[in-house]
Amino acid sequence: MIATVEQRHTSDRTKPEWTVASLEGVNKAYGAVQALRGVDFQVRAGEIIALLGPNGAGKTTAIKLLLGLMPPNAGRVRVFGGDPTNPENRMRTGAMLQVGRVPETLRVREHIDLFSSYYPKPMAAIDVLAAAGLEKLRDRKFAELSGGQKQRVLFALAICGNPDLLFLDEPTAGLDVEARRMLWDQIRRLVDDGKTVLLTTHYLQEADALADRVAVINRGEIIAQGTPSEIKAQTSGKRIRCVTSLSSDRVRELPGVTEVKEDREAIEIHASEAEPVVRQLLARDPALSGLEITTAGLEEAFLALTQDNGHKGNHSN
Amino acid sequence: MSTATMTLSDVRMERSRRHTATIYLKEAKYEFLKNLRLRVYTASVLSFPLMFYVLFGLVLNAKAAIGGTHVPTYLIATYGTFGVMGASLFGTAAGLASDRGLGWLQVKRASPMPPFAYFCAKVITSMAFSATIVVALFTLGIAFGGVRLPVGDFARLLATLVAGSLPFSAMGLALGYFAGPNSAPPTINLIYLPMSFCSGLWVPFMFLPKVVQQIARVLPPYHLSQLALGVVGAGAHESTAVHWAVLAAFTMICLGVARIGFQRDQEKMYG
Repeated sequence: MIATVEQRHTSDRTKPEWTVASLEGVNKAYGAVQALRGVDFQVRAGEIIALLGPNGAGKTTAIKLLLGLMPPNAGRVRVFGGDPTNPENRMRTGAMLQVGRVPETLRVREHIDLFSSYYPKPMAAIDVLAAAGLEKLRDRKFAELSGGQKQRVLFALAICGNPDLLFLDEPTAGLDVEARRMLWDQIRRLVDDGKTVLLTTHYLQEADALADRVAVINRGEIIAQGTPSEIKAQTSGKRIRCVTSLSSDRVRELPGVTEVKEDREAIEIHASEAEPVVRQLLARDPALSGLEITTAGLEEAFLALTQDNGHKGNHSN
Repeated sequence: MSTATMTLSDVRMERSRRHTATIYLKEAKYEFLKNLRLRVYTASVLSFPLMFYVLFGLVLNAKAAIGGTHVPTYLIATYGTFGVMGASLFGTAAGLASDRGLGWLQVKRASPMPPFAYFCAKVITSMAFSATIVVALFTLGIAFGGVRLPVGDFARLLATLVAGSLPFSAMGLALGYFAGPNSAPPTINLIYLPMSFCSGLWVPFMFLPKVVQQIARVLPPYHLSQLALGVVGAGAHESTAVHWAVLAAFTMICLGVARIGFQRDQEKMYG
């Protein structure tokens, strides 16, 4: 684990940090495929948390567990302090999932009318249509909508029940830049109204623009959690680990060093480039031992992310 | 980092009976509208039995009789059974298989929809389409085939056939849980068409080869058609109770299978 979880960077919200949903030591396998391993993470009241990772990393699995659509193989899933399948919890949550096919002959307003009816205190249909930018499309049949418009209907169904907690699985997939920004604004507005949002994405940029906290997931493991700026700082650079008599403070002053941590007998240094720092270290402490240099932990995940975004074939892993 | 757990104690949410009833109604209403606007469904499910009836009951054999029963009257019972079976099987299995396989059912399950409302809506919709088919057959028969029955018999025939939608809806739910979204419609046809033939829904039962007649006795549409024919006085004179018992047993078996599928889905889902 690389990043440390810190207080939310937004200080304008003064809510206590309640955990509204959590995965605790969760493992989930589909047959021989391990989708999640030892995943721990919390969703806190009033925040937007982004689960960031490439396709197949386990994002959707995490959401489905939190929605109580399937049980974990090990560990515990909690929502509002209870079991996620609890019907009362479902009245307080909304979900946007990736769907292959939605009933195509129903109109936009009919879909919203039906889903709203499930909830005790739904939003007014007119507000739902406005929030999802569907006013002009209310009488269209689902089949007559473009990909981005369909996505907005699914968003409308997630929010129409006026839920306290929203799970959005890749909400902006297939949206153009303008529609994406509109949806970001809507998601921010929801949180301003006191709601909590967990969304998944494979765009670092999206997590950065929206989220209070980011959890990076790759191959079923959470490899980092923190604020977007903490995460970004870890996407580049090298980690140097060594046993040295130099004090942390002295190491911190070396050019190129961004972070120093003491770890048992060794110290761990984060630097943009390894070679200049190592040269300095060896010059100052000839007795230095146990030297290890690794790429910062997020690199692999982000390599996979960039591959997803269209640069196929150059990297293999 | 201070964490506390938010509990439900501050919000007590229990649905009133009225609210629950509204959900069931809306679910059924939209299921009906969805299928009504689905041309694949209405075209095959409504038009086939009506077309066959017009052709074989009104155009070709309008003056003939089968075993003493006027053909247009006889065929209302058999094409009625055929129509009910198609409307119910396609109405449940095709939609369920597609909803399950392509993720829509997960969206519904993640919502606070009462799960039973979803199944009820499918069954009610199947019954509504079944009733529509039977009433359309009545109308055609009375208007163009000289069908004359006491009002009470029309009512009994309608009630029998609409109740007969249940075993096939149950069968459709079972199929919907074990067929894929693309394989469901051909699978239904593979079961539905041979079963219809063997049960005497196309060729009157007495004209079927002996072997097929033997097979028919284990097929649910045979029993439903015999109940319907019994109303118009053309049944094979077997015990009505036996026919109902077979249909009830078949319904229970199918619901049992559907339940296994339902539980299997609750426990494990696709990636």
